[in-house]
Amino acid sequence: MKTIKDVASLSECYDLLIIGAGPAGMVAAATGAEQGLSTLLIDENPAPGGQIYRGITTTPVAAKETLGADYWRGTDLVHALTASDAVYAPETTVWSVGPAAEGTSDPGRMEVGVSVGGAARLIQARQVIAATGALERPFPIPGWTLPGVMTAGGAQIALKTSGLVPDGRVVVAGSGPLLYLLTAQLRAAGATISVMLDTTPLENWGRAIRHASDFLRSPYLGKGLKLLLGAERGMRIVRGVTAISANGDSQVKSVRFRHGSKEEELPCDVLLLHQGVVPNINLANAVGCALDWDEDQLTWVPQTDDWYETSVKGFAIAGDGAGIGGAESAALRGRIAALGAGHRLGRLSANDRDQRAAPVRAELMRASRGRRFLDVLYRPAKAFRIPKADDTIVCRCEEVTAGKLRETVALGVTGPNQMKSFLRCGMGPCQGRLCGLTVTELIADARGVPPTEVGGYRLRPPIKPITLGELAALPKTPAAIKAVER
Amino acid sequence: MSSVFGGGAPDVIVIGAGIHGCSTALHCAKRGLKVVVIEKDHAGRHSSGVNAGGVRQLARHVAEIPLSAYSMELWHRIEDLVDDDCGFTSDGQVLVAEDEAEYDSFRARVAELNSLGFSHEELIDARELRRLVPAVAESCPGGIVSRRDGAALPFKTTQAFRRKAEILGVRFCEGVRVTGIQAEGSSWMVSTDAGAIRAANVVNAAGAWADRTAADLGEPVPLEVIAPMLMITARVEHFIKPVVILRSRKLSFKQFSNGTVLIGGGYLGRALRDQNITVLDWAKLAENAKTVWDLFPIMRGAAIVRAWAGIEGRMPDDLPVFGKSRIHKGIFHQFGFSAHGFQLGPGAGAVMAELIATGNTNTPINGLGIERFTA
Repeated sequence: MKTIKDVASLSECYDLLIIGAGPAGMVAAATGAEQGLSTLLIDENPAPGGQIYRGITTTPVAAKETLGADYWRGTDLVHALTASDAVYAPETTVWSVGPAAEGTSDPGRMEVGVSVGGAARLIQARQVIAATGALERPFPIPGWTLPGVMTAGGAQIALKTSGLVPDGRVVVAGSGPLLYLLTAQLRAAGATISVMLDTTPLENWGRAIRHASDFLRSPYLGKGLKLLLGAERGMRIVRGVTAISANGDSQVKSVRFRHGSKEEELPCDVLLLHQGVVPNINLANAVGCALDWDEDQLTWVPQTDDWYETSVKGFAIAGDGAGIGGAESAALRGRIAALGAGHRLGRLSANDRDQRAAPVRAELMRASRGRRFLDVLYRPAKAFRIPKADDTIVCRCEEVTAGKLRETVALGVTGPNQMKSFLRCGMGPCQGRLCGLTVTELIADARGVPPTEVGGYRLRPPIKPITLGELAALPKTPAAIKAVER
Repeated sequence: MSSVFGGGAPDVIVIGAGIHGCSTALHCAKRGLKVVVIEKDHAGRHSSGVNAGGVRQLARHVAEIPLSAYSMELWHRIEDLVDDDCGFTSDGQVLVAEDEAEYDSFRARVAELNSLGFSHEELIDARELRRLVPAVAESCPGGIVSRRDGAALPFKTTQAFRRKAEILGVRFCEGVRVTGIQAEGSSWMVSTDAGAIRAANVVNAAGAWADRTAADLGEPVPLEVIAPMLMITARVEHFIKPVVILRSRKLSFKQFSNGTVLIGGGYLGRALRDQNITVLDWAKLAENAKTVWDLFPIMRGAAIVRAWAGIEGRMPDDLPVFGKSRIHKGIFHQFGFSAHGFQLGPGAGAVMAELIATGNTNTPINGLGIERFTA
């Protein structure tokens, strides 16, 4: 592996460009390089690993049991990447992906805007695989914007990268397997978590049980039981929580919640929220990939073929960005996507590609077993996705409340893109990357129609902000220079 | 003939629910005409909804000035017209001269306008320029100001016209595509993918798609489909009130009250009108950014958070096609605004309604007719 630290060292064009160095991206890069493709792996972080294996080569958390065996499995993926001929560009952002100018020989060729250390550049790629993973589902409750309230995933990042553990009285709230995992990791690292508020709707059990047989034969069972049993020790777990609010003036002071017919209030210094992850489709959306609404996972999922190529030719999505499947599945999907790209580039015959992919697909089948049970069981409650209280903030950047959104729907505004023009929701620094799902579901609910009819924000590049100075200093591409010379 | 178009035969069918189609529909309704608007997407989906929102009389071609002046009167009482302020603010627009030669040409322009009886453009020296635009680079010798100009929120505006038109009885059929148009006796039959509808009058306000309707009518025009690009920054400290434009280098520049800065100037991306999509050209946006870098050093560290383009129709002479058909009674054209039609919307709709209802208008529109391409 060759590591690149500045834009000038990048080539003009790569056969395969991969965005994101989590499990899917690392495996896709190694698989691309193994086929002899010139392969570039771009990642925003200083070291490979993505979110799940974040800081795996650098973490100060030395005790293996704190982060658990599953975390350390990432080491093998890093080794495979390091041993490959891929080019790796850490601390690099991709701010634009679009079709290259007309007239190039291969139709799927993309132009990719990248930025390293304050300098931007446009390069090209014949195939692109986005391995941009997942992000935490928004959890809009009253008071969720107060200091001291953060996502459990955010707390986990602080732990993995810097060994930081939240101080004081910590309450975790939400639902899903990751909530239990993060709680276990934080407790093992020394956090005082006295209460977990589990918002998993009790009625989900009835629906999930139909998918239980697969789950019982899956590796999730053992891991899940271990986490559940661990959680019961030394911590109060309140199940069937149906409402939560964070209270305080300049800092969270207490958390109020309802379970059954009871209301309770507990003092707390830190409230960690988490109700599952959803595909990070921001890049796919800006590139123009067709998206479908997944009613089980309550999120947008890009349309992909058997090789994870999207509706945009030459642009594939591997890993959780194409639908939540977890780290193991992501790595396998990274390999399949890179084999698909190799075939489209003429490097592998269809037969070769299929043969190499066959064992990976079998593994993937095994790794996906039990997933459906988890999806159905941990489908988050409506009350935590579509805020009932009118003064709950939905768009944090522009401080747009649920009530304001509902009022505007009543004016005849039918979708998120029109809503932007009226309320500026989704137009702040995050550009709707965080409130998108909430706004779609809230409008759909207010109109009494399914989310597909409402649609999502049309995101626009730059996918990550770049400064005006960086853009102004963009070097001329060879194509542009030639155009002037002619 | 009922179905999606609702009950009753209309007097006027408007094709296209951009700012122009919506405004014409509204003004026709105010004159008591029954109107149906047919829109293939939704109102304001393309350039009417995503343009820079400039409300500008400044630096217009003389042929457009009467229409623009009429429009400006309406802009200054826009709330009376559509029950919505449309986000309109009037802090003037300033055309900045980058060097002495350019400043001389501006002096000549203002003198010419004055001789034609127009006084909205005013030559300003370096001191007044600095007073209006304190952050402008030291090297700029002066400019022209149009003090009643300003800016509005384009999508909000188009929606406000649509909503008010609807209140006045106009029927909007969104998601319905016009597929053809034929004479039938003394009226016109407009075919769509949701059935056909007939009226005595048809307004072609189909923007970047208007050449197809015109060609159907035997009046082909050389309309070019363009995708002018814009970008917006994250909030920066407030430093400028008027909209600033340049002439030799392309720039339009506006800071909103919330601190974000809109940067445009007519650099073109690629428009794929049959797919309803645009592709940005970052090399050109980089040129656009370079101009801002030179003119407003204060902006160099600002983060660009979004860039986009709208699909627009441009005529070879950069003037709209506006007025009656050259050959057909009951056919009217209102398109090809060439990336500066937003300000004209309110006034052009009023004049078009007058043309339809009375057969004439007192507002001079000569020089804008379709005959300049089809005669």
